[in-house]
Amino acid sequence: MATLAHGTPEIAAEEPVNYLNVEHGWKSWLFTTDHKRIAVLYLISITLMFFVGGFMAVLFRINLLEPEGIFSAETYNRLFSMHGIVMVFFFLVPSIPATLANFLIPIMIGAKDLAFPRINLLSWYIYVVGAILTMYAVVRGGVDTGWTFYAPYSSTFSNSYVLAAAFGVFTAGFSSILTGLNFIVTVHKMRAPGMTWSRLPLFVWSNYATGLIQVLGTPVLAIVLLLLAFERIAHVGIFDPNIGGDPILFQHLFWFYSHPAVYIMILPGMGVISEIVSCFSRKRVFGYNFVAFSSMAIAVLSFVVWGHHMFITGESVYTGLAFSFLSFMVAVPSAIKVFNWTATMYKGSVSFDTPMLYAFGFIGLFTIGGLTGLFLATLATDVATHGTYFVVAHFHYVMVGGMVMAFLGGIHFWWPKMTGRMYSEAWSKFAALIVFIGFNLTFFPQFILGYMGMPRRYHAYPPEFQALNVLSSAGASVLGVGYIIPMIYLLWSLKYGPKAGPNPWGAAGLEWQTQSPPTTFNFDETPIVTEEAYNYGPLEEVIG
Amino acid sequence: MAETVIPVGQEPTAEETHLRHHFATPAQQMDAATLGMWTFLITEVLFFGGMFAAYAIYRGMYMDAFASTSEFMNVVLGGTNTAVLICSSLTMALGVRAAQLSNRKQLQLFLVLTMIFGTIFLVIKGFEYHAKWVEHLVPGFNFHYPIPQFERHAQILFFLYFCMTGMHALHMIVGLGLLSYLLIQATRKVFSATYYAPVEMIGLYWHFVDIVWIFLFPLLYLIGHRK
Ligand code: HEM
Ligand SMILES: [Cu+2]
Repeated sequence: MATLAHGTPEIAAEEPVNYLNVEHGWKSWLFTTDHKRIAVLYLISITLMFFVGGFMAVLFRINLLEPEGIFSAETYNRLFSMHGIVMVFFFLVPSIPATLANFLIPIMIGAKDLAFPRINLLSWYIYVVGAILTMYAVVRGGVDTGWTFYAPYSSTFSNSYVLAAAFGVFTAGFSSILTGLNFIVTVHKMRAPGMTWSRLPLFVWSNYATGLIQVLGTPVLAIVLLLLAFERIAHVGIFDPNIGGDPILFQHLFWFYSHPAVYIMILPGMGVISEIVSCFSRKRVFGYNFVAFSSMAIAVLSFVVWGHHMFITGESVYTGLAFSFLSFMVAVPSAIKVFNWTATMYKGSVSFDTPMLYAFGFIGLFTIGGLTGLFLATLATDVATHGTYFVVAHFHYVMVGGMVMAFLGGIHFWWPKMTGRMYSEAWSKFAALIVFIGFNLTFFPQFILGYMGMPRRYHAYPPEFQALNVLSSAGASVLGVGYIIPMIYLLWSLKYGPKAGPNPWGAAGLEWQTQSPPTTFNFDETPIVTEEAYNYGPLEEVIG
Repeated sequence: MAETVIPVGQEPTAEETHLRHHFATPAQQMDAATLGMWTFLITEVLFFGGMFAAYAIYRGMYMDAFASTSEFMNVVLGGTNTAVLICSSLTMALGVRAAQLSNRKQLQLFLVLTMIFGTIFLVIKGFEYHAKWVEHLVPGFNFHYPIPQFERHAQILFFLYFCMTGMHALHMIVGLGLLSYLLIQATRKVFSATYYAPVEMIGLYWHFVDIVWIFLFPLLYLIGHRK
């Protein structure tokens, strides 16, 4: 971490004081309350977890090269379960909120920090404890329940390390709650003079909506995992039908959190895309009000569609009908966003810088992911596709094709702000292309596999599915390369990258009006906002 | 009345209002704390809500078994505890008022009273738990229900009973810890009319925990008394 701050001594001497070089030493990081430093701590931690989860994916994709599998069924089950748990709870949920939003929300609204800086730091420590608990489960041999922890398998039958993993997720949940709470209060109470709600950048809106979901959904995950743990420890029936419980209750409570949680894993990404698309089209986001409002609509609707995960696991037909209808409703605000981004680009001065490449990737892949969500939300088609690779492909299109693309796009967009350095343009464009190709090679075949009936979560499969599985594994290795290249040139840029001015993209927004990297309190003087967001003029005037 | 009497027209210093660097005014700081606390309490509602949902579903499914358990609940102790908690809410509210009026002596008194009520509650709860153990009503560890046909389903109620009251008791213990912290701070003369946010926030928390009990008592103790 220290290397981030130091650079070579000469450079450090020239550089004006900023949040990175203002203090040195590990204590100045571990006890910091600066939202920007905490964002960096989070960025390092979730990147580590991303590679842990990715490593497991490499292993099970290797397994799937052969129809009869290479590892045992037990090993395979543990690999995909730990992959899901690590990626969902330790990478994707905190990905954009805890890093980019943590860094940017106070700056975007002209505040000195989040409302509760010490709680922000606490949330990082809680995250680390949760990660350690989960990693303990991994090194002891892992857990084999899938990321969904379905009871009674998880509470009664599984002999893997369910408790450690469940407590890890339980703990990490509180870090997510604290992040959401901090955002909600910050957006309500810390806006600079003139920063009205209708002037908020859409990135702030979408993270505010995410905060609402984190605060309202996550406690339910906490309690369901706790009940699960009690059932496993004490053998009392709450979910296991053999001892009087009802497994459907587990699913209801779990999805009451976990469906809204999938929007925790996409809304912040949508916010990033709004910023990028408007900057690189040099136009105000088309239909600002609709885009802002659709974030709120998604947050609200996301709480009433959880039953679409249970169409064929013990839900009445009428309940299914209602949930199906509501799931179609939730696609409407998502579609509004896609249309509005497209309309923003229309007749804009579009340029193809790296962040914009990721935004293109996002829009296309998220659209495919969202539309296949509608296939799944249709009762009759879900009977055939539930529990197949079609579902796997659907959620990877939204989570990886959507959120991870947005995360990378956001990192590339704000990297100069966060570090004060530019990265290699050629390499970054190349990597964006590799990621896009690798992604589609990996996951498109899974739609076909699922449609042909290959069930998810099995270590072996009939030989006729081999060609598509090999294609998918090959794609995964391309995708892996696509993720490693940015690691290299971004780290390289910390030391050797050319210095970035305060506003290398000529972007609107308060974060571009302060120096790069910003000082500890972000602004020398609290800014006074007099104009709406995305007030883009001709390019030449603003680049700095 | 108190140590920190502010002459009219003179602004309190940042020292006196405990204004943290990133807030512009004490009012903003207080607003943020209040909204933060209410948001936190909403997460608590959902946390308990999961258990209330489980309760509602199983009660609907196994009404007779659930009703049969009321025979084994000690309504007198539960009722006493309800009264004790209501009193503690009153003293807590009076404590907040004392802090707002910069009345340190009264603040200390009311904090101590609140803590005494809280402790009485926990002690009574402890006796009840003990009685459940003696009567073999602790699911998972020591459960033998006298009405055999209800054994499986009554067990769920007792499981929920221990989860819900246990979670509630845990919140009470945390609350007592927070009140001790307030008491120490009050003794150090930290609170005054210019700075009483922690007292008010912890007060909100305390009232919330009381309200949870107000729901738990009828739901867990009085099922069979419905008819
Ligand atoms: C356009 C809105 C969406 C609709 C209508 C939708 C619909 C569905 C449906 C019906 C299923 C259940 C399929 C089954 O198990 O049979 C499902 C699964 C899933 N969706 Fe979506 N979805 C949407 C958007 C998203 C987004 C944005 C994400 C994440 C960022 C997401 C992540 C997931 C995940 C992780 C699963 C699988 C859970 C599991 O069983 O492991 N979905 N979706
Ligand atoms: Cu869903």
